[in-house]
Amino acid sequence: MRFEWMSSYGQFFIDGLTITLELLLCSGVLGFLLALAVGFGRLSRQPFIAWLSLSFTNLIRGTPLLVQIYVLYYGVGSLFVSFPAVRDSFLWPYLRDGFWYVVVALALSVGGYVGEVIKGGLRAVPKGELEAARALGMPPFMTVRRIWLPRAIQILLPSLAGESVLLLKSTALASTVAVMDVLGAANLVRAQTLRTYEPLLSVALIYLVLAWLIERVFRKLERRIPVRSAI
Amino acid sequence: MLAWIQHAFEMVVNEWGWALLRGALVTIQISFGAFVVGLLIGLVVAMAKLSGNAPVKKLANAYTTVCRAVPELLLILLLYYAGSDAINAVLRLFDMAPVDLNGFVAAVTVLGVVQGAYAAEIIRGAVQAIPYGHIEASKAFGCGRWLTLRRVILPEMMPYALAGLANLWMVLIKDSALISVVGYNELLFTTKQAAGSTRQYLLFYMAVAAIYLLVTLLSNAVFVRFERSFRRWMPAH
Repeated sequence: MRFEWMSSYGQFFIDGLTITLELLLCSGVLGFLLALAVGFGRLSRQPFIAWLSLSFTNLIRGTPLLVQIYVLYYGVGSLFVSFPAVRDSFLWPYLRDGFWYVVVALALSVGGYVGEVIKGGLRAVPKGELEAARALGMPPFMTVRRIWLPRAIQILLPSLAGESVLLLKSTALASTVAVMDVLGAANLVRAQTLRTYEPLLSVALIYLVLAWLIERVFRKLERRIPVRSAI
Repeated sequence: MLAWIQHAFEMVVNEWGWALLRGALVTIQISFGAFVVGLLIGLVVAMAKLSGNAPVKKLANAYTTVCRAVPELLLILLLYYAGSDAINAVLRLFDMAPVDLNGFVAAVTVLGVVQGAYAAEIIRGAVQAIPYGHIEASKAFGCGRWLTLRRVILPEMMPYALAGLANLWMVLIKDSALISVVGYNELLFTTKQAAGSTRQYLLFYMAVAAIYLLVTLLSNAVFVRFERSFRRWMPAH
């Protein structure tokens, strides 16, 4: 094990870490919004909306994320290239970079997986609390905003922590479509220094620390919520 | 439109149909092999976590923590290189020429080691769900450790573990696509070649997504049947 390459390639890792965190944040926020829509959609009384959400979840959870990224980046991306109008538009710099394709793919995947989790949480909220809100004269949207959703998220915090770690791990797939995330940086260092283990092990350590940080943040959030216990 | 559909069908099914089918078979073989390896590792690690002494327990915990916090892609890269290096180091020890690692064995081992961590947690949870009295009863009858494991713990934990193991199988089918990154010729790798040589990226990646979806939906149907037959003799609540 030799680490003297760290001094000349350390900047790569820092840049890669920034990209990884950006991926995590962008796809996390977008994906969570989508997951809310999917979660409520799964419980919808409209048969079409319920069917649509279920099909979306099955489609996302039934295919590998790597294939989804390829469909978007190579498949849809190659369609964009064939339209000159797209190539001349102001969006082109964004459409050429793999970053936003990966963000969309990750957000869709979070929508599918977390949507199902949120459905479970929405179901777990005691019915009496929703009835109480209605009895106090809250309109449906306000019930969702003040009672149903906050209570569901409170119940779900431990599962959401797990899902966030899964999302962090999924961001590593960005390196397969030439995005320089932290694993991409390691691959670059691997190619340039011809050392296999040191860059990969360093990145593994970075992921371990990030996963631990995510767990810690969620545990703090959990502790902030007052719980009345019988003991 | 009709002409385009015909053209697409010709390209995907007539020209690449057999190659894709072979790739799908390889994917299922890899997943199945890795499932078996993962279950064996999971069983050993779960037992270590439940009844091992302190250092063994620590080692088992470290294994499951690391394998569940580090991206699968990174672990596959690491283990793929480390595995082939280790085998060649052993060969050199016996003065033998280094070999190119068999891609299939490497893929199965790597995925099995990664998923073994998840299997261990599933099995540990299932064993803990067995009423403790049953294990005590088996001890009271003078059954040894091995007999208790074989006759009481394994059969009784299966219904509790089934849902988790079904999930693990689905995850394995999807994770086996990552093997294409290290260049082994499974379903996604075949598709990459097909898409590259025909320049029909969208068409082929959509087709492969459909194949994966078919495999997971079929597996799901099989597991639902399994679960029904297991639940028959579970005590009703």
